[in-house]
Amino acid sequence: MSHRTIDLEVMRYRPEQDDEPWVQTYKVPCEEDWVVLDALIYVKDNLDGSLSYRWSCHMAVCGSCGMMINGEPALSCKTFIRDLPGDVIRVEPLTNFPIERDLVVVMDDFIEKLQRVKPYIIRDESKPISEGEHRQTPAQLKKFKQYTLCINCLCCYAACPQYALIPEFIGPAALTLAHRYNQDSRDQGWEEREDVVATNEGIWDCAFADACSIVCPKHVDPASAIQQMKISSTLSWYKNLIGLGGKKR
Amino acid sequence: MEVITTDIAIVGAGGAGLRAAIAVAEAAPDLKVALISKVYPMRSHTVAAEGGAAGVIKSEDSLENHFHDTVSGGDWLCDQDAVELFIEQAPKELIQLEHWGCPWSREADGRVAVRPFGGMKIERTWYAADKSGFHILHTLFQTSLQFPTIDRFDEYYCTDLLVEGGRCQGLTAMEMRTGRIKVFRAKAVIIAAGGAGWMFPFTTNGAVKTADGMAMAYRAGVPLKDMEFVQYHPTGLPGTGILLTEGCRGEGGILVNKDGYRYLQDYNLGPPDPWPRKKAMELGPRDRLSQAFWHEQQKGRTVSTKWGDVVHLDLRHLGEKKIDERLPLVRDLARSYVGADPVHELVPVRPVVHYMMGGIDTNIDAATAMPGLYAAGECACVSINGANRLGSNSLTELLVFGGRAGRHAAEYARKTTHLTESLADQLGEMAAQRVTELFHKEDQGESLSVLRGEMNKTLESGAGIYRTEDTLQETCKKLAELRARYRCLHLDDKSKVFNTQLVYTMELGSMLEAAHAMAHSALQRKESRGSHQRLDYTERDDDNFLKHSLAYYAAEEDPRIDYQDVVITRSQPAARVYGGAES
Ligand SMILES: Cc1cc2nc3c(=O)[nH]c(=O)nc-3n(C[C@H](O)[C@H](O)[C@H](O)COP(=O)(O)OP(=O)(O)OC[C@H]3O[C@@H](n4cnc5c(N)ncnc54)[C@H](O)[C@@H]3O)c2cc1C
Repeated sequence: MSHRTIDLEVMRYRPEQDDEPWVQTYKVPCEEDWVVLDALIYVKDNLDGSLSYRWSCHMAVCGSCGMMINGEPALSCKTFIRDLPGDVIRVEPLTNFPIERDLVVVMDDFIEKLQRVKPYIIRDESKPISEGEHRQTPAQLKKFKQYTLCINCLCCYAACPQYALIPEFIGPAALTLAHRYNQDSRDQGWEEREDVVATNEGIWDCAFADACSIVCPKHVDPASAIQQMKISSTLSWYKNLIGLGGKKR
Repeated sequence: MEVITTDIAIVGAGGAGLRAAIAVAEAAPDLKVALISKVYPMRSHTVAAEGGAAGVIKSEDSLENHFHDTVSGGDWLCDQDAVELFIEQAPKELIQLEHWGCPWSREADGRVAVRPFGGMKIERTWYAADKSGFHILHTLFQTSLQFPTIDRFDEYYCTDLLVEGGRCQGLTAMEMRTGRIKVFRAKAVIIAAGGAGWMFPFTTNGAVKTADGMAMAYRAGVPLKDMEFVQYHPTGLPGTGILLTEGCRGEGGILVNKDGYRYLQDYNLGPPDPWPRKKAMELGPRDRLSQAFWHEQQKGRTVSTKWGDVVHLDLRHLGEKKIDERLPLVRDLARSYVGADPVHELVPVRPVVHYMMGGIDTNIDAATAMPGLYAAGECACVSINGANRLGSNSLTELLVFGGRAGRHAAEYARKTTHLTESLADQLGEMAAQRVTELFHKEDQGESLSVLRGEMNKTLESGAGIYRTEDTLQETCKKLAELRARYRCLHLDDKSKVFNTQLVYTMELGSMLEAAHAMAHSALQRKESRGSHQRLDYTERDDDNFLKHSLAYYAAEEDPRIDYQDVVITRSQPAARVYGGAES
């Protein structure tokens, strides 16, 4: 197999020793079909056991290994070295998050927001198991399916200009998840979620830069989810205003 | 030492751990749950499951069918009382997931759809395209967020169980963010820490599957059951080991050798036509398919590539529309990682270590022999999988036995009391020492990646698809050596915050213990059954080995291997037949 030696520039930060982040460069002989994560594993196994990063599945589904690669948020297990130009690759922790250590960021903020949008089925009455499954046609499934595909890799938060400015912004992935449940034919929790998402920290904070959708490795398209939420929220506001009664279910 | 008091501590927040936590929260809202995981829940490897989860839902199917498929698939090593309970609970658990919002794929009328899977007489595998595990895990995780009694401890690495008076009363765990070891004082503990595929060099398993849960229980004196049974999945991508789901063959994909010949017909799985056909050819069980690859390789009929020998998976006849609808992830993975688009090209595949049938010995209530300790999921062995798990039974198993573990642990916790705080602290200090020692050792020249590499190699060569007395002896010897060398392992990263070198070191320790149990169990099982195939004992031997093996930890010594009878209720051991002979 053909090798290509790259300079892997890695942002390091060990809070016990370093006052601030700095860049360490490793020479890595890469195989032709390697992804950036393989290069990091090579460093960890052969050059520097102290380098820390998160990873697990190596197949772009667990969402652990989001990081900045040459300045763009991406999954390191799905970014092929052969697709990157030149012989220098720069990896850094996701922007917009505090660094815990090296490439590991603190994700408490995201986890709190995820929980806040009530991402679970809410119903007035739950259906007994003995009555079997809810019927849901392929067309009904299609309405929300795309929004179920988020792997929580946080690339969208790193790309989002609003989140960079306003840390309170609930942000793309969590809002999309709220929309996913709102659109599910089995769910009746729209009103409860509306209180959380139709707020200044929620959908109205999104400036529709579309950056989230561009970087999403799973093509979830959070920007369109947020747009749809804005529309249905506005509609229900007008309906209430002209006395058409209750909110949309 | 910080002591955290809870009622039930759960090790692991994958499918089994989350299901257990929700079961406790629902059945016993007065009990506190500490859900502890070394990764955020959605990173757990359940996320990678593709194909789906088995459960009888269609009127053409029956519980009887699912029972017989599972028991014969497991080469009669399954406990039949556990299988009966499992198949009966399976549809209920899958419907429950549906009610929680799992986006199962549907039929035109809105009912859930099912697909065929290997070794199953009829289609009964519920699926969410080819991202079933991903959707199951996220559904469970998101559902769990509504229960205030579930306290999560994400990125905490559990190190040891606290055992006092013969009862399991908590555990110690390291908070990875600070490196601090804390004590969890609990009335009951559920281990749901997943499998151990990372012991082998070539696996579908994520890097988190390192036998930690098994090793914790084993070191505390609970036996590991049927550890010699390791499943190779026949269709992994060469190079990375990424899985292409059995759903590929369920949808009609075929396997061909270098001559374009459907070689499975030479191994009692044919005739090839008509196709697709249940329990035949490519829809035979995984053990048989992986063994057939080995024979093809011996005959020189595999294809050699830069990644080693492969056969070809051919999906082209399914057409782009069906592939995109049913197998979108497979298409994406094959294109990205081996540069082959299944719509137009053959995809190279080879057998790959996938699943551990063995694990922590439990009864059908998910209880171990140690009061207060429960286990469920891939780390446990109930056993419904016997000598060879059928694809799509595992995701269902997580739900059925995860739920049971939660409910039974809650019942037990209600009747018992906590360890005193000072005793918890004392026991915690003792457990923490094991970790501190790793930290402060002098450099004795052993490196983590070298030891791990040698362990990988000896397991593959000695305890792979085919085994013999000689190869197993060799592997046992090598593992004893590695366990000794492990004690000379040196850590050069002495920092506390998110020290992955320390975590990998502890994981290697876990894997060496589980591997040791595995190799010795395999050495002593002098027969061939399911996934355990010996070239020196080629037949199944029911007279001597219709038994579960139990490996007991013996510190520096080799494990002691004991046996336990298999529970048989209504299916007497018979020949396993697939292909033409079946119908
Ligand atoms: C690629 C792939 C595809 C599969 N496809 C299917 C399929 O289609 N159908 C099917 O039925 N089965 C399938 N399987 C098998 C099935 O997915 C697994 O057996 C199952 O998901 C295991 O779930 P679990 O909850 O036991 O473990 P996991 O999901 O692996 O979770 C283990 C948990 O334990 C935690 N943990 C581990 N060690 C520690 C520690 N020391 N301290 C704290 N926490 C710890 C982890 O953080 C994690 O949260 C597949 C497996 C793979 C690898």
